[in-house]
Amino acid sequence: MDHPRRILYCHCAFAQVIPKDVKQGVLERLADSGADFECVPDLCEMSARREPLLQQLSEQPNTRIAACYPRAVQGLFTAAGSPLKESGLEIVNLRVLNVDEATEALLQPAAAETATPEVPETPGSETTNGELS
Amino acid sequence: MIAPANLKVQVLLYERFPAEPFEAGLRASLLAGLLDGGYPVQVLRGESETTERDRGNGENRILLGCFGGQPPMDDGEHGFERVRDVSGLGRDEILSLVEEAMGEVQEAPVGRRWKPWFPVIDFDRCTHCMQCLSFCLFDVYGATSDGKIQVQNESNCKTDCPACSRVCPEVAIMFPKYKAGPINGDAVSDDDVRREAMKVDISALLGGDIYALLRDRSEKAKSRFSKERDDERALRERERCLNKLKATASGLEIPGEVLASLPSADEIREKAEEARRKAQQALALGSTQQ
Ligand code: SF4
Ligand code: SF4
Repeated sequence: MDHPRRILYCHCAFAQVIPKDVKQGVLERLADSGADFECVPDLCEMSARREPLLQQLSEQPNTRIAACYPRAVQGLFTAAGSPLKESGLEIVNLRVLNVDEATEALLQPAAAETATPEVPETPGSETTNGELS
Repeated sequence: MIAPANLKVQVLLYERFPAEPFEAGLRASLLAGLLDGGYPVQVLRGESETTERDRGNGENRILLGCFGGQPPMDDGEHGFERVRDVSGLGRDEILSLVEEAMGEVQEAPVGRRWKPWFPVIDFDRCTHCMQCLSFCLFDVYGATSDGKIQVQNESNCKTDCPACSRVCPEVAIMFPKYKAGPINGDAVSDDDVRREAMKVDISALLGGDIYALLRDRSEKAKSRFSKERDDERALRERERCLNKLKATASGLEIPGEVLASLPSADEIREKAEEARRKAQQALALGSTQQ
């Protein structure tokens, strides 16, 4: 499978807001997928510390972020002075999706590469225009 | 902003040629161990070229790969400062090796410390009314030089306390680690806006909606505003509302320790004055720039 997108996974280290089995399951599937990806321990902490890595991550187009609610994730990057590039941004909400749904949303080919332009197909993942697909 | 982390070390799990892939089970458990230890990790494999972005700032990166005893890149070459051959090592051995290498670039080990609990503002909703700044007695909020609200002292925020989100008339304050929407960042519905407005009227802590009045330039508004700014009255109102807040705290899910650490009447007076002054300045600045 082709993996042209950047994938960023947030491990949400300091709270149980993302079910443990979802965090673990998604991380395992990404690890076994053959795709390149990046993981961070806790986007909230990185935002509060204005970590330079956030700036680098925010500048990448076509990024899929596995974390929590899109409004919160975008707010965290903005608060750190590194608003996310809207182009091709997809946020996959691990608070509401199960392992299968989240993994599919993260690893499916991007819209332009598929026959049908509906991306993502999984409820709970959002494109940045805020429409649930 | 809280103190920046000591130089954050990023770990690269390198599985491109000539490295061999990690064993499947080891890769996943190593990733979890590194993340639990506070390290960002990048997994590089497949055929792609290693890019500048992948390389990042070599100084604070550690590259781990199974090179069969012959790492092809010496430290400092290819932009990577630290290359470690981890062939045949188990998870714990690799984690120790990372800790050791990290000690070379970081003074103190990355420990688990402050739970990152702080307000995050949705600027698509925020109107910069400054009510949150006026409400918070812990100096979490501040204003930018052009009069816009800003979260400035994240670590002053009281862990697990979402109280200021109740003050915001626009439901613009999120706590991403909160359990329920819309405070956790879930979509805001019209019902949410109404419901938040009907909760204990914490904004009365501010002595009424003085900031809306501030923006109203009419003489009538100015005279009402000056009455409501009466110090004693504002303080009494604030104390009354703090008591009310304590009585209804279970509904608002404000932790007992936060209520217990609420400041004394004198401190409230001082803080409230200071917050009002800041908010006023910011609003005045904001209105001159509109
Ligand atoms: S961004 Fe969301 S998923 Fe990540 S640490 Fe914060 S609350 Fe957890
Ligand atoms: S109370 Fe809400 S709308 Fe007003 S400045 Fe604070 S976040 Fe913005």
